[in-house]
Amino acid sequence: MDMGLVYIAGAMMIGLGALGAAIGVGLLGGRFLEAAARQPELVPMLRTNFFLVAGLVDAVPMIAVGLAMYVLFAVAG
Amino acid sequence: MASESSITTSGYIKHHLQNLTYGEKQVETAAGIWEPTGELGFATTGQEAAQMGFWAINVDTMLLSIVLGTMMMWFFRSVAKTISTGVPSPVQNFAEMIIEFINDTVRGSFTGGKNDLVAPLALTIFVWIFLMNLMDLLPVDILPLAVAQGAVFLFDADPHNVFFKVVPSTDPNATMGMALVVFGLMLYYSFKVKGTGGFLGELALEPFGKWALPVNLVLETVTLLAKPFSLGLRLFGNMYAGEMVFILIATMYGAGLMLGSVAGLLQVAWAIFHILIITLQAFIFMVLTVVYIDMAHQHH
Repeated sequence: MDMGLVYIAGAMMIGLGALGAAIGVGLLGGRFLEAAARQPELVPMLRTNFFLVAGLVDAVPMIAVGLAMYVLFAVAG
Repeated sequence: MASESSITTSGYIKHHLQNLTYGEKQVETAAGIWEPTGELGFATTGQEAAQMGFWAINVDTMLLSIVLGTMMMWFFRSVAKTISTGVPSPVQNFAEMIIEFINDTVRGSFTGGKNDLVAPLALTIFVWIFLMNLMDLLPVDILPLAVAQGAVFLFDADPHNVFFKVVPSTDPNATMGMALVVFGLMLYYSFKVKGTGGFLGELALEPFGKWALPVNLVLETVTLLAKPFSLGLRLFGNMYAGEMVFILIATMYGAGLMLGSVAGLLQVAWAIFHILIITLQAFIFMVLTVVYIDMAHQHH
């Protein structure tokens, strides 16, 4: 197999994962601020749920980064 | 850290990601053909560990997770035995803080009526997974080197063949095992609360009504099976990725003064960020467990 393709694959994994998660966290943070501005008394509950969903969204790029690192350094290296 | 210059980066990474596997020893006879020898022992290479098959045990995962679970139970038991209604000790405050946090979360997410199992289950899952994830913050070489030295001293083993994976939650066997237990509880409460007919009816008739029964069955079964699968894989993936980054930072120490001096900073930065991740992942696993068991209680 051409080793150049492995590096491209790793770059795509990290890049696309980061792209999706960035959009997701951006939307999430914006909505969180909107909701907090509208109903400040709900902030503690919203913050808990914000972190919960942020963790769910954050998982995808982190897994992609881990797999990409494995591919780049352990398989190709 | 690469203690000898003959160790390559990929060899170092693979060595760190290999479990200490105990099972039936295998020998490579001809090119690529593995045969069991009938003896029990530790695998000396990654390939041999892979050939051991279903009945092999990942000793490091079992040992660390059981030790951490015992520590957790001992801690809460010792607090419960010396509990006082007067001025609480700092340890009691700490334990009460954890229990109140879990209590609030479970009260917020669980609406299925009286259930004595969910809150203790949530506490166990949260603290146990947190402790298992916490092993990630140990420098990556401390325990593996200690175990390798111990094995050399006690059993005269070759230190290159002694594997030790420090974080139990980077082993999919551990995380999927926990997810399977949660799945079993989901099924148990589904059958108990809704009855066999109710649960099967929910599976077969739910989204589109009775005229699309096969479609409903396929959709609902996939939805049901995806829950434990994603639960276990999410925890595994996050911890595996985090551990991978720690190992890569550790390889930088062996790559000359320039990279080595950056590595210290990187390791501290990643460890601080990782404190958030390990807590968050333990919390997510717990909340999703409570939510799934809550969904098993809901009548439609």
